[in-house]
Amino acid sequence: MTVKFTINGVPVEAEQGESVIEVARRYGFEIPSLCHHHAVTPYGACRVCLVEITKGGRKKMTTCCNYEVQEGIEVITDNEDIHRNRATVLELLLAEAPKAEAIVKLAAEYGVTHSRYALPEGSEPTEERDGCILCGLCVRVCEEVVEVSALSFNARGDKRNVGGPYMDTPQNCIACGACAWACPTNCIGFEEKDGMRILKKWNRELPLEYTEAGQPLAPRFQLRHFIEKANLPKDFYKKGGPR
Amino acid sequence: MTKFTSVEALHSHREALLATKKDENKKTVSVCAGTGCKAVGADLVVEAFKAEIAKNGLENAVHLKATGCLGLCEKGTLVMMPADQTVYHSITPKKVPTIVEQALVQDGRADDFLFADPETGAKQPTMNDIPFYASQKRLLLDKNTLIDPICLDDYISVGGYKGLAKALEIGPDKVIDEMKKATLRGRGGGGFPAGRKWETCRNAPSDKRYVICNADEGDPGAFMDASLLEGQPHSVIEGMIIGAYTIGSDEGYVYVRHEYPLAVERLTKALEQVRASGLLGENILGTGFNFDIKINKGGGAFVCGESTALMASIEGRVGEPRAKHIHTVVAGLNDKPTNLNNVETWATVPLIVEHGADWFTQMGTKGSPGTKIFSLVGKVNNTGLVEAEMGATLRQIIFDMGGGIRGGRPFKAVQTGGPSGGCLPADKLDVPVDFDTLWNEGSMMGSGGMVAMDDQTCMVDVARYFLDFLKFESCGKCTTCREGIRRLHQLVSDVAEGRATEETLDLIETLAETVEKGSLCALGTSAVNPVLSTLKYFREEYLAHVRDKKCPAGVCKELITYHINENCTGCLICKRRCPEQCIAGENKQIHVIDTSKCTKCGICKDVCKFDAVEIY
Repeated sequence: MTVKFTINGVPVEAEQGESVIEVARRYGFEIPSLCHHHAVTPYGACRVCLVEITKGGRKKMTTCCNYEVQEGIEVITDNEDIHRNRATVLELLLAEAPKAEAIVKLAAEYGVTHSRYALPEGSEPTEERDGCILCGLCVRVCEEVVEVSALSFNARGDKRNVGGPYMDTPQNCIACGACAWACPTNCIGFEEKDGMRILKKWNRELPLEYTEAGQPLAPRFQLRHFIEKANLPKDFYKKGGPR
Repeated sequence: MTKFTSVEALHSHREALLATKKDENKKTVSVCAGTGCKAVGADLVVEAFKAEIAKNGLENAVHLKATGCLGLCEKGTLVMMPADQTVYHSITPKKVPTIVEQALVQDGRADDFLFADPETGAKQPTMNDIPFYASQKRLLLDKNTLIDPICLDDYISVGGYKGLAKALEIGPDKVIDEMKKATLRGRGGGGFPAGRKWETCRNAPSDKRYVICNADEGDPGAFMDASLLEGQPHSVIEGMIIGAYTIGSDEGYVYVRHEYPLAVERLTKALEQVRASGLLGENILGTGFNFDIKINKGGGAFVCGESTALMASIEGRVGEPRAKHIHTVVAGLNDKPTNLNNVETWATVPLIVEHGADWFTQMGTKGSPGTKIFSLVGKVNNTGLVEAEMGATLRQIIFDMGGGIRGGRPFKAVQTGGPSGGCLPADKLDVPVDFDTLWNEGSMMGSGGMVAMDDQTCMVDVARYFLDFLKFESCGKCTTCREGIRRLHQLVSDVAEGRATEETLDLIETLAETVEKGSLCALGTSAVNPVLSTLKYFREEYLAHVRDKKCPAGVCKELITYHINENCTGCLICKRRCPEQCIAGENKQIHVIDTSKCTKCGICKDVCKFDAVEIY
């Protein structure tokens, strides 16, 4: 079913079930976001994609990644109010991830070059400031795309963090690295060194299997997972066997 | 237990009960066995009454009841004689023989344990004489005084399940009409009209619908819902059955905190009773309507009181709110239409259905009809549970019902609506309490928490307290809520600890705007109320912290120092009690505090009998 509405006054059409952000981007409207990826369920955690939506005469500021298109709504993707509030969200995030390129760049676009919320260097525990902004992309990618569910959020409020159950190394992690690829702040740390695949943030290290030609391929858990999910022959990756 | 197979059977059972009661002509003694009175030994008082009644051979002449909360928790254990509404306060087992002798054997009153006017000393024997009760409108709470919470016959004899019987008789459409006309607004704090909610849920296309009772009461100092569940679980159950029948639901949940063991216990018993009586389960009262209720115990996360987080929790997932662009009445629990109301809302439903919308809308204001229960706590004389007609002023609630501020100190502010509410100053005391007025004043009704504060309360400290509560209780999903509240707390702490400048106050306001506009659920959007309302009404106090580095109320430790003035008689008590041993002085000489060592614990001020310890 086609849904008709407007973005910045321009009439647009979308399929029912689509999110406003996807439709807006398709029509060429720029909306920043950090926790959204089209491959996974919208979550609405980072709050950067704030827009104004008028529905039934009532105007409301809301995130648009998790807003399903509705007939007749009016979406405004940028104005002074939206700009100011996005800037504050980015200033909060910049305090958490002062070295993350994506955040620094986006914040600068909104005129934020330093965060007034950051405490002086050294007064906050460093593990809280590893650049993670708790956007949950790693969690959703692991669950919905990789279908492993090795990761989850732990605790709540300002103690919230992300990792394996009870913040221990996730024992079912196949070290595929999809989380690190999805992470907007590059805070997970993907490395291959001395025959090991390492995911630093999860403290997960798995030995690599090699191709016939001696090239590192992937950890055995990952290969096994691929074989299972894609229904491949059991020896699919083993033609050459490990070196 | 009798199983009622029809509405008529229920009615004739009630008539038989009333006839027996009339014949028996027993005196009733109600002992408050709510959580508050239990904590000061109500169970022992009940035991003492049992023993004393037996001793006097009055078993057949007296009906002893352990009831739900009678309201004036400050003066527990409370004992009441429903026949003439005599109330005795501060009852201990030792006082029981006197009451039994004077009130039951001699048929008089035990004068020593009656309430008295604090100024004239004149006795105030009955509820009508005691200002705390007399100024209330106890539509719901009155039942607490009359019935044994887990006695179904008691509930039936005071008119219980009449509302359900009428609903079954008039049918869902008329119930919805009546509910819409009554404009009963959600007592959990949202204030959304229940009738409209029910109608949308009923009209949402689905093969399955749920009703939920939100009993995840989590505001610090609030216990309205607890005392309804503990005192009259059947009112809530009856409301839910009516709701389910009207909406077309066969499955209901009560989501109740596991920290409410007494409520869970009584609710469980009450549910067993109604199932056995044909009022719940299959073929309710022989009408072919099926509905059952399950209890879901919550783990104690404040955010699970938010409807979508609550539903996620029932589904077995983490209690995280989701966006409500599609309302839960259309897609809620398990993605099915779900009607959620809070305890007090459900408990009010049977009364509206039984007596009609016209009766209900006579009470309260036009926009907010009916009554509202408040848990009145803080620096008032009468801490407890009050039920006020909507539109009663804050002054009536705090001074008439609450008996004013403790120790005759000046009133400074009242926090309404729990951690998400705001603080209103003395010049707002004549504001009528209803959903819209409180909202317009920068606070909110919330679920009925009301904390009164005196001049020794620092409003910066109050804002800091609630932000501290919320930063821990936020689910942590939204940047604006998780980081925003944490940073607001940090900034307000800067004010309280003397590190702030006037720019800090501007930054607080800038950040608060984004926390409010940018957060997903009501926890985040309303988290800024305590800080914004105190900034609005008590800006001078913030400025004193910022400009003069002083805390006028003498609370913020970093900004105060303790001194001993010439009132000191040199009694040595403070010197002995000081844990830092930083008070010097000889017998009968004025003592001196070494402010460099003082940790500002305040013990010296507390123990001084001569008002000699001052805070600058």
